[in-house]
Amino acid sequence: MVVLESLRIALAALRANGMRSLLTTLGIVIGVAAVVAVVSVVQGLQHLASDVFEGVGAAFVHVEVNQDRQRGPGLIAKQVKLTAEDAQAVREQVSGIRYFTRIAAGSAQVKYGERRHQPESVMGVDEAYQEVMNHAVDRGRFLSRLDLENHRKVAVIGPKVADKLKLGRQPLGKEIYVGNLPVTVIGVMEAKGEALGTDLDDRVFLPFGTAQELFGRAATDRVELDLQAVAPAQVDAVRDAIRRLLRHRHQLPAGRPDDFRVIVQDELLKQITGFLSGVTAVVGGVVAIALLVGGIGIMNVMLVSVTERTREIGVRKAVGARRRDILLQFLIEAVALALAGGIAGLALGYGLGVLVVAVVPAHLPPAHVPLWAVGLSCGFSAAVGIFFGIYPAGKAARLDPIEALRFE
Amino acid sequence: MAALIDLAAVFKIYDMGAEQVHALNGIDLRIESGEYVAIMGASGSGKSTLMNLLGCLDTPTSGSYRLNGTAVEELDDSQLAGIRNREIGFVFQTFNLLPRTDALHNVELPLIYAGLPRRERRERARRALQRVGLGDRLHHNPNELSGGQRQRVAIARALVNDPSLLLADEPTGNLDSATSIEIMELFDQLHAAGNTVVVVTHELDIAGYAWRRVSLRDGKVLSDTPTERAAPAAREAPGPTG
Repeated sequence: MVVLESLRIALAALRANGMRSLLTTLGIVIGVAAVVAVVSVVQGLQHLASDVFEGVGAAFVHVEVNQDRQRGPGLIAKQVKLTAEDAQAVREQVSGIRYFTRIAAGSAQVKYGERRHQPESVMGVDEAYQEVMNHAVDRGRFLSRLDLENHRKVAVIGPKVADKLKLGRQPLGKEIYVGNLPVTVIGVMEAKGEALGTDLDDRVFLPFGTAQELFGRAATDRVELDLQAVAPAQVDAVRDAIRRLLRHRHQLPAGRPDDFRVIVQDELLKQITGFLSGVTAVVGGVVAIALLVGGIGIMNVMLVSVTERTREIGVRKAVGARRRDILLQFLIEAVALALAGGIAGLALGYGLGVLVVAVVPAHLPPAHVPLWAVGLSCGFSAAVGIFFGIYPAGKAARLDPIEALRFE
Repeated sequence: MAALIDLAAVFKIYDMGAEQVHALNGIDLRIESGEYVAIMGASGSGKSTLMNLLGCLDTPTSGSYRLNGTAVEELDDSQLAGIRNREIGFVFQTFNLLPRTDALHNVELPLIYAGLPRRERRERARRALQRVGLGDRLHHNPNELSGGQRQRVAIARALVNDPSLLLADEPTGNLDSATSIEIMELFDQLHAAGNTVVVVTHELDIAGYAWRRVSLRDGKVLSDTPTERAAPAAREAPGPTG
């Protein structure tokens, strides 16, 4: 009974002081909006990251040219290379490697009849690519050792390429052009979707040597290596062996930094989770401060409200309100104020999340506010209302009815 | 039969730092159910303190106060709130209505704290307002009502829980003389209907509406006499002791 009455009074008071209520709850609005906006975007990113890295597993190692080292001293910066010969050396001299593939990536238009399409990338790879990347073919077969050795003019394509070229139900055996190179489709990869802004299904795979012929020697001087160690425990040893070998081959004196990068799964995950936890920490800080400010604002406005309504409190006590009735009334008002802020923050945060996803060009997943975030926001707002409302409410409850009735 | 109000050797002493103020200095007072009593006195005579005690807003420093058989001096804060809710109907000089709240809801207020269901509250509040002649003003806010109408709403609020005591503190202090007469006539009607009415005032003509006049000075009862209005029937009733 008193709860309902209190709720009615609280809402009436909020309406009566609309502007004051709005300004008071701004801290909470901002706090909750920040959380919700970041959560809605980070949720998507985390999802993406785990998608990508769960696929390749813990024994995965990636080697690429270190772009940063190209801007070296001197007028003509030396072109940093990672050549097919380097790759060959790694494969032959480093032990503990289970699967290994070179990757020579380039771009070329593909054509089937009159249909043309520009895939995201055309990649020359070795036959172990599908084991290294844990990416299987859906139909037909992947490139074989014979395809590689003979530089055969065959291609395995992603499902999106097959779709764009309208290869129909029987894509296998059809002749398409990659650039000006006629190749036969021997397989279609299984669909993997998008990850970290690239479409994994919009790719064409050629035998490494065939790609070299297509792109020319220059393009294949900067290959990437992807490999799987025999076990996750071997990853560090493999990485160190690759570094020693490549430093030796690139004749880097001691003290010069690497002109290549060896990235292991562990580090990738560390980088991503490090970034995400950094974001989370910053947002957590912002939220803590905003909630603190919002809470102090609520305490302040409730103290003002108690003073303004001293007489009302006196009247209520005179007609039979007990201390806890008054306490409850002002506590409910504080919580209603905080919750209103929390709900406004939820709406604002969701709006921001949608905006971020719309503005950022990368393929972010749609902003999504999980139910736990809604619950958490409302819970936190209510908690702030109770925590900062208890003092003013207690002050109101302890008022002496005689003094309160005399108050001008 | 025990009196409705029975004050015996009541002292109220305020500690004002160095000195003690004896606001009430040994009051003995009995008021029977159905009486209409005016409590008079200059400011500083202790009449406000006495009213606060009678209204269970405060407890005596020493002495005993029985209201309808309950020893008020033994009650704690929340029990005092309960007895105010059940036994007392307050009428204040400044009306003390809740702003931005319509007449009906203002009158409902004591019933909310009595824990009555909404339907019953509404019905009783409506009847109380009809009784004071405001049946057509149920949904007016106080700022839409005249002073006399506001005091009528306050009286309806005081009546709504059928209290054993109507306690009015300078009920006409903020009203013009014509409206004052209307309000005092309303108290007359309520008294005639069987309500016990205690009016605290410093105005003689207002006190003249009562049937018995208790005058205070320096925290003591100076005089306690029936007024000229007292009918023979009232004179035969058990007289005041003290």
